[in-house]
Amino acid sequence: MDIKILEKLNAERRARRAAIVVTDMDEGGARLVRQGDPVDGELATAVARVLRTGKSELVQVEGRTLFLNAHLPNPRLVVIGAVHISQALAPMARIAGYPVEIIDPRSAFATPERFPEIMLHAEWPQDVLERQPLDSYTALAAVTHDPKVDDMPLKAALDAGCFYIGALGSRKTHARRVERLLAMGATPQQIERIHSPIGIDIGAASPAEIAVAVLAEVVRAFRSRGLEAKEAAA
Amino acid sequence: MEASAYIDEARDPLIIAEGWVKDGREVALATVVETWGSAPRPVGSHLVIDAEGNFQGSVSGGCVEGAVVTEAIDVIETGKAKMLEFGVADETAWRVGLSCGGRIKVYVERLDS
Repeated sequence: MDIKILEKLNAERRARRAAIVVTDMDEGGARLVRQGDPVDGELATAVARVLRTGKSELVQVEGRTLFLNAHLPNPRLVVIGAVHISQALAPMARIAGYPVEIIDPRSAFATPERFPEIMLHAEWPQDVLERQPLDSYTALAAVTHDPKVDDMPLKAALDAGCFYIGALGSRKTHARRVERLLAMGATPQQIERIHSPIGIDIGAASPAEIAVAVLAEVVRAFRSRGLEAKEAAA
Repeated sequence: MEASAYIDEARDPLIIAEGWVKDGREVALATVVETWGSAPRPVGSHLVIDAEGNFQGSVSGGCVEGAVVTEAIDVIETGKAKMLEFGVADETAWRVGLSCGGRIKVYVERLDS
């Protein structure tokens, strides 16, 4: 492999962007395919599959044996709100392989005592997201109930194409939130991507049970990402 | 290049390999390209090796790394990529194997600058 390919690959990985290294097993030689790069022919199907599943594989394309090595960013979960639900959600999500960051400007909530060993930002979401932007391998759950805190990151998550966006609140609360997001310039199609009420329906009642429901929804969204767009196109 | 908050740069074999090449070292990249049965590391896993036999990363649970390193030094010298295959450890064979009972294919290539 040419070192230039490796340099480009590492740059993509550092920036949390998906890329595939395609290596010709018979003749050697590799090329880098970044997410969104145009790919022709049979290879396009294989590239799309590998980008979705994240599973690297050997494929036969037009008589050649190619190895597609997937380099996808790790999924992560950003939680807006250092509340009771988040205290259960953060450790559970971390165990499930979704590292968690919690953002809440209310310093009484965002304390290390309440969130041991969790990455915490006792700051406004706009300040944190400016430094660490959201991306399509990030899930965002907004659970403060406070529009001043939740609305901005929800709009940012829609714009960044987060693979999951959830917002806590009753249907009535969400209806008012939809009005505010429309006023902020979000489109109705974008807003439909928000999961609200948050979490899959398992009759969750306690904060910890709601956390289970949210985590299940996040996992489902991650494992089925790309399928929504395909179904819409079909 | 600025360090990324999202990659464990000190342990990441691909970041390490890029740094080695920048330091003027000759480097080979080994990649698991196929597995059968229970295999310790998934397809796509990397081991990087320099001409002195220093290595980082893994292609198994430590079972076959020694053999891969030896082959990689040869790949660095010749510049010719190799496909290696490792199976169940067999006491009658001299080859190293995987005690877990799986089989893996490892592609070893030189990083060319």
